[in-house]
Amino acid sequence: MIAQLTLIERQRAILISLAVTVCGGLIIIVGRDDVMGVHGALIFLSGLLMIFRIGGSYYLPEPSGDRLAHYYDDPSKVGIILSMAWAVIGLAVGDWVAWQLVDPDLTFGVGWSSFGRLRPAHTTSVIFGFGGNALIATSFYVMQRTSRARLPDQVTPWFVVFGYNLFCLLAVTGYLMGITQSKEYAEPEWYTDLWLVVVWVTYFVLYLRTLARRKEPHIYVSNWYYMAFILVVAILHIVNNLAVPVSLGHSKSYSAFSGVQDAMTQWWYGHNAVAFFLTAGFLGMMYYFLPMRAGRPIFSYRMSIISFWGITFFYMWAGSHHLHYTALPQWVQTLGMTFSLMLLIPSWASAGNVLLTLNGAWDKVRDDATLRFMMVAGVFYGLTTFEGSFMAIRSVNSLSHYTDWTIGHVHAGALGWVAMITFGSIYACVPWLWKRERMYSPGLVEAHFWLALSGSVIYVFAMWNSGVVQGLMWRTYNESGTLAYSFIDTLIAMHPYYIARAVGGLLFLIGGCLGVYNIWMTIKVPGLSTNQASDVPQPAAVGAGVLQAAE
Amino acid sequence: MIEHAFLVGFSKSFGLFYLIAMLVAVVIYAMKPSNKKRFDDASRSIFRDEAGPWQ
Repeated sequence: MIAQLTLIERQRAILISLAVTVCGGLIIIVGRDDVMGVHGALIFLSGLLMIFRIGGSYYLPEPSGDRLAHYYDDPSKVGIILSMAWAVIGLAVGDWVAWQLVDPDLTFGVGWSSFGRLRPAHTTSVIFGFGGNALIATSFYVMQRTSRARLPDQVTPWFVVFGYNLFCLLAVTGYLMGITQSKEYAEPEWYTDLWLVVVWVTYFVLYLRTLARRKEPHIYVSNWYYMAFILVVAILHIVNNLAVPVSLGHSKSYSAFSGVQDAMTQWWYGHNAVAFFLTAGFLGMMYYFLPMRAGRPIFSYRMSIISFWGITFFYMWAGSHHLHYTALPQWVQTLGMTFSLMLLIPSWASAGNVLLTLNGAWDKVRDDATLRFMMVAGVFYGLTTFEGSFMAIRSVNSLSHYTDWTIGHVHAGALGWVAMITFGSIYACVPWLWKRERMYSPGLVEAHFWLALSGSVIYVFAMWNSGVVQGLMWRTYNESGTLAYSFIDTLIAMHPYYIARAVGGLLFLIGGCLGVYNIWMTIKVPGLSTNQASDVPQPAAVGAGVLQAAE
Repeated sequence: MIEHAFLVGFSKSFGLFYLIAMLVAVVIYAMKPSNKKRFDDASRSIFRDEAGPWQ
C-alpha cells in the first residue's frame, strides 16, 4: 500500500496524520471533563497509528512510473474490506436489538447496551459503515473506468477512506457512551459532524478532479448518480447539523432550528438521506455493475437520464410525508405526499430498466448468483418505492405511521435493495480488483444469496404483519367509545412477529459472514490468480445476449 | 421580514412552473432523436476494453 506512494505523497500523508493527531490532542485537553475527551484520545491514537504505519515503510523504494498506466485500485480494495467488516458488525448489532425486543433482559443491565444506544449503532454501522464504504470504494472504481482516467493523486483517496471510517468509529462509539443529537440518521455530535464535512468536501473535490481529467467525453450515467449522492449528502449534512455547542470542550450542542422547523429540517434531511445516500449512490453502482455482469448495455439509457432528473428534483420535496398529522402546515404535508406519489415514475423507470436489461439473459440470472443478487435488488427497489409512495398518502399513513410497518418498509429497501445490490456489485468487483478468475467459492455466493433472500422476506413479512396488527389495535374502539386494547395488549400480539423478525435478521447476518469468508479466501488463495494485463473487467461479449432467432 | 403568506404563494406558483419547465427540458434532451446515437454509444462505452487509463 505505502510502497505505491511517492516520497512526497508519504510526506503529505504523514503531515495530514500529524494534523489529525494534534487535533486529537487538543480535544483531549479541552474535553478532559467530558466524554468528548475519550473521543479526543481515539482521534489521537488513530493519527498516531497512521504516522507509525507510514513511517515504518517510509524508506521503501519509490514506485516506478508504470503505476500511471493502471487505475489506482488500492483504496477501493481497502474500502470493500472495511465495508464487509462494518456489514457484519452492523448486522450483528441489528440482530441483537431485534432479540432485545423479543426479550428486554438481553441488555444485560448495562447502559451502553440499552436499546436506545445500540439501535443507532446498528443503523450507523449498516448505512454509513457498510453502505458508505461500499459507495466510496465502488465510486473510485467506476469513475476511473468510465472516465478512463486515473485518480489524480494517491493521498486524497486514502484520506477519504480512512477519514470516513474515523467518522463512523466516532459516531458508533459516541452512541455507546451516550453522545447523541437525537436526530435520526444524524445522531453524531457537532465535532464529529465537522470532521465529516472536511472528509466529504475532499471526496467531492476528488470526484470533480478525476472527472476533469476524463478522456471519455460523455459522463456515464453512473457518475451522475454518484455525483448527486456526494453533493446532496454534503448539503443535507451541513444544513441539518447546524448547531451551537454548549462549549468547545463539551460534546452537547443545541440545534439552530426549533419546533416544527427543526422537525421539517430533520425530515428533509432524513428522507433525502434515503434518496441520495441509499438510492442515488446505489443506482450509480447498479448502472455500472449490472450491465458489466450481464454483458449487455443498459436497456434504455434515455430512461436512466429521465429517471435521474426525476429522482433528483422530486425527492427534495418528499420529506414532509414523515410529518403527517403534526404541527406542520397541512399544505406542506400535501406537498410531500404529492411528490412522493410522483416519485413512483422515476423509481419504476430505474427498476424497469434493471429487469428489461436482463430480459433475454434470464439463463445468466438462473446460473449466476451474483447477477441474481442484482436482479432481486431491482425487484425489491420497485416494490419498496411503490410501498413508499403508498405509505406517504395521508390516510394510509394514519394506519402505518409509528408502527412496525415503517420498519418493514425500511428493511425491504435496506436489505432487499441496498444490501443486495451491494453484495452483487462486490461479488462482481472482487475478482476484477484482485485479478482472480472468479470468487473463491461460487457455492458460497449461492448460499449467501438464498440466506439473504429468505432473511429479507421473513423480516419484511413479519414486520408487515406486526405493523398492521399494531396499527389496527391502536384504532379499535369498543361500544363505549374508548380504546379496546391497551399498549401492553399490542406488545403481546406483536411478540411472535418479533421472534420471526430476529430469525430473519439472523439468516441475513449468517449470509454476510459467508460473504466475508468467501471474499477473504478469494484474496488469500493465490491459486485462482490469472495474469490479466488489463485493469478492465472482461465482460461477456456485448451483443451476445441480444435476442436470437428462436427466443 | 419574509411573510409566511408570501412564501406559500411563491411555492405554489413559481414552484409549480419551474418544475414543469425542468421536466419539459429533461424530456426534450433525453428524447431528442439527434441525441440517440450519443446515448447508445454511452451505454456501450463501459464495455470498451483498454489496458488502463488513457494517457
